[in-house]
Formats: sequence, structure tokens, C-alpha cells
Amino acid sequence: MANVAANHSSHDHDHGHDGHHDLEALRTMGFWIFIITDCIIFGTLFATYAVLMNSTAGGPTGAELFEMPGVIAETFILLTSSFTSGLAVLSMNRGDKKGLIGWLIVTALLGASFITLEVTEFLKMIDEGAKISTSAFLSAFYTLVGTHGIHVSIGLIWMIALMLQVAKRGITPVTKRKIGNISLYWHFLDVVWIFVFTIVYMMGVR
Amino acid sequence: MAQHHDTHASHGADAHESHGSLKSYVLGFVLSLILTAIPLILVLNDIVTGSAADVVLLVTAVLQFVVQLFFFMHLKEEKKPRYNLMTLLLGLVIVVTIVAGSIWIMKYNMVAH
Repeated sequence: MANVAANHSSHDHDHGHDGHHDLEALRTMGFWIFIITDCIIFGTLFATYAVLMNSTAGGPTGAELFEMPGVIAETFILLTSSFTSGLAVLSMNRGDKKGLIGWLIVTALLGASFITLEVTEFLKMIDEGAKISTSAFLSAFYTLVGTHGIHVSIGLIWMIALMLQVAKRGITPVTKRKIGNISLYWHFLDVVWIFVFTIVYMMGVR
Repeated sequence: MAQHHDTHASHGADAHESHGSLKSYVLGFVLSLILTAIPLILVLNDIVTGSAADVVLLVTAVLQFVVQLFFFMHLKEEKKPRYNLMTLLLGLVIVVTIVAGSIWIMKYNMVAH
């Protein structure tokens, strides 16, 4: 068994890889495939929204409901958190565990304030009588923006779990790959938000 | 992302810039801030209106996407063969088909109106 393992690694070495490396790269690619499927989910939700955005059924329109200061704050918060999650990866690549966890905490705090703002906005809209059942426009709106919010919330839980794991196990090839993946996920959510911001809010209020 | 080519000279060319540097992250961040500020200033102040505003909004959003992909998600630093890039392109084809197809079919669907 040991012999096989030794053979295996020397064989791999000839190719300038190690087996573990290939497996981790493959897992990262699997994560890309997951992101693409998520991309398709958001694509269908955007298509639904685009088709239904004028079907307000006599209820309030986007221009009447959306309050841009909050949305602009959310946008800059999420952009900054995308940057800080990048800084976390940079710290990781330097082998700086404290820096990695520190930047992840900053990212998670920004993510949490984003969610807080979004939930506050939703509650305020519901208070004004703009419920998910009010019109097709609002059904599409809450489904699209809410799905993004759920993604961010799940990302937060995942990020906290990873911080604990890194604190316990340190920076290993496995935790490295996991941090790389959550960073990818976080950048992707930022991209989705840019389109929410543009298509839902900016095109809604102008 | 999770590559570590510390020991392998054969990847030297890719290894050099992999994972990005602080410089590229800061540049990406500044670009993304600018790309957010442009539509805010131009559209909310009504400097650009009508369909020109739509164009400004969509172009800055797509550029923002490109900035995130290349400066933060390091798509161009992937080793060959570029499976991640290929997967992304396939996904984008599907997404564009769904979005454009839905809008088109609903716009010209006379039964719905």
C-alpha cells in the first residue's frame, strides 16, 4: 500500500503535479459548475422579473416603492465586502492565518449589514402594503431579490463555519480550497447584486 | 484558485501572477466603485435619459461583471485547458437564451395582451 502511494506520488511528480493538487483543482471546478447553475437560476428569475415588471395590477410601482439611499448603501457595502473577501484570500496565500480570519470577519460583518438593510427595506415595503401577493411585479421582485438575500445569508453561515475550521486546522490545501470557493461565491453574489441594482432598482426608479 | 505551483518551474509563466496581487485587487475595487458611480451620477441626475440611460446602465453592469471575473475571480489565470472558462461560457449562453428568449416571446405574444 505504502509502495503504491510512493509510486503514485513519484509518478505524479513527473507531471509536475501532486495527486492532491489535481483533486482540489477538480473540486474547484465542481464549484464553478455549481456557480453556473446558480447563474441559470438567477437568469430565469431575472427573465421573470423583466416580463412581469409592469404588471402592477393597480398596486404600487417600483418608482413609488424603491428608496435609493438604502439601495445605494447596500451596493457599496457589498462591493466593499467583495474586495475584503479578496484581501482574505491574499492573506491566506501569504500564510497569514490571523489576517485571513480578520478579513473574513470584516467581510461577514459587511454581509450582515447588507442583509439587515435589505430586511429592513422589505419590512418597510410590506408595511406600506406592498406584499408578495399584491401584484405579479411584487411576486417577481421578492422572489428575485429574496433569492439573492438567501444566498448571502447562507454564505454568511458558511463563512462563519469556515472561520472556525481555519482557526482549528490552520491553512491546509483543503481549507485553502474551501476559502477560495467561498471567495468565488461571494464575488459571484456581488455580480448578481450589480444586476439586481441595475435592472430592478435603477431601471425601476428612473 | 486553489492552485499552488510553488515548486514547478513548468508553470512559471502562470504562477507568476496567480492569486492576484494587492495591486490588482485595489485596482479592481477602484474600477468597480467607478463603474457603480457612473450610472448613479448619470441616471439619477437625469444627465442621460431614455434608451441611452438603459445602455449606460447595462454597459456599466456588464463591465462590472468583467472586472469581478478578472480582477477578483482570476478567470484569466486558470491553467489550460480552461474548463472553468468553458463552463462559464456555456452558462452565459443558457442565461442569455433564457432572458432574451423570455422577453422576446412575451413581448410579441398577442394572446397575453
